Amino acid sequence: MSAGWNAFVIGLVLIQVLGALWLLMSLTSNPQDEGEGDTTGHTWDGDLKEYNNPLPRWWLYLFWLTAIWMLVYLVIYPGLGNIAGSLGWSQTGQYEEEIAAADARYGDIFAAFNDMTVADMAAEPEAVRLGRNLYLNNCATCHGSDARGARGFPNLSDGIWQYGGDPAVIVQTITNGRIGVMPALGAALGEGGTDEVVAYVQSLSGAGSADPAVLAAGQQKYVQFCSACHGATGQGMAALGAPDLSDDSWLHGGSAEIIRDIIMNGRQNQMPAQRDLLSEERIRVLAAYVLSLNAE
Amino acid sequence: MIKHDTIERKVGLLGVLTALAVSIGGLAEIIPLMMDPVATTPTPGIEPYPALELEGRDIYIREGCYNCHSQMIRPFRAETERYGPYSLAGETVYDHPFQFGSKRTGPDLARVGARYTDEWHRVHLLNPRDLVPESNMPGFPWLAESPINAARTPDKMRALQTIGVPYSDEQIAAAQAAVEGATEMDALIAYLQGLGTVVRGL
Repeated sequence: MSAGWNAFVIGLVLIQVLGALWLLMSLTSNPQDEGEGDTTGHTWDGDLKEYNNPLPRWWLYLFWLTAIWMLVYLVIYPGLGNIAGSLGWSQTGQYEEEIAAADARYGDIFAAFNDMTVADMAAEPEAVRLGRNLYLNNCATCHGSDARGARGFPNLSDGIWQYGGDPAVIVQTITNGRIGVMPALGAALGEGGTDEVVAYVQSLSGAGSADPAVLAAGQQKYVQFCSACHGATGQGMAALGAPDLSDDSWLHGGSAEIIRDIIMNGRQNQMPAQRDLLSEERIRVLAAYVLSLNAE
Repeated sequence: MIKHDTIERKVGLLGVLTALAVSIGGLAEIIPLMMDPVATTPTPGIEPYPALELEGRDIYIREGCYNCHSQMIRPFRAETERYGPYSLAGETVYDHPFQFGSKRTGPDLARVGARYTDEWHRVHLLNPRDLVPESNMPGFPWLAESPINAARTPDKMRALQTIGVPYSDEQIAAAQAAVEGATEMDALIAYLQGLGTVVRGL
């Protein structure tokens, strides 16, 4: 605060302090414990009057106590403009103390897992318990509190991985996020061509149209347009996050309509990076929890 | 010395003295902060809202999001653990009016930007329970069907310009085109995705 505003604040606070003390003293100046004193001069209904007695002493003493506390407060805490107060208290200082205390208390809990691999932690009940808490606070909003996901948000407990289930890959996914891109192929395939590919893709997991001519045409187009990412037999490619199309597990839904829409218009899906939100230690614990969900 | 009796009998005097007594706190706590560079200088990286986000902000206000969501992370560990670094005064210098809020039925949104995906927000705004079964937030499906009135965007920016938000004339000239064709849903998601993204970190 500039010197002028500093003086402005100090002046106002002092006016307030002095005003309060003056009010208190003017009430104390004529203490009267008993007997009948002056009346206020008001008269109601002919003979009803109101005494103008001072406050009882115990009440006044409480006022004096608060007044003394007011002065003590201004000495030890920041109250007078830029004057910091003898305790040196500040809001950010208090926050940093709180964080330091928490680090001292919880730091060891996470540090205990530093020497373990993520795979070992997944078999360690304490790590899994911690990981579950982190999961519920940070991941459940998209992947669900039971980790079974939702349409467009992967199930984390079914042993099916978009990018592979290796511990290092899970850590990588949580830390840096992922952007999965399926290009729009509607223009290249045309309406009819898309229908053929839809039929073929559904047949990879044993569903949909069984018309051999359609399937053959679909397969031919699949090899040309889709197999570079999804593989020759639809087995997918973890490095690109291209889903396995033959396992009858569908991130966005497996109906012909939805598959058709995805092929026509493409999809861009994203897992947000967590590196600004969670420390490395916590991400490892979290990865262990996710891994543990797929233990059987 | 003015006597109690006198003050009580003269309503004008009573009014003046009352106004004086109740304004001291505000004068000491609010006015100096409005003049303090610590509170009025934008945090490095903070820019006026782009046109689409500005429109989204108006939807946020119109739909009363502030009734259930605050945008103020206080400097307590319990809050910074969950929401990210505590809010700084310099982050909201271009907010007129600010959206600090005072009640959290839902979570704080001061740093919700980039935390979820656009698609998550879209599904969640249509029907929150599709993603979070426990949620008691209402759905806002009509936002996806209502277009933004792009013709009014430049006026809004000019209005903000008059109270000190440094929009350039080029930005205002380009605003209508930038917003044209967007739905209210697009605008709201753009606004939410920009919230609190300048200050990041653990």
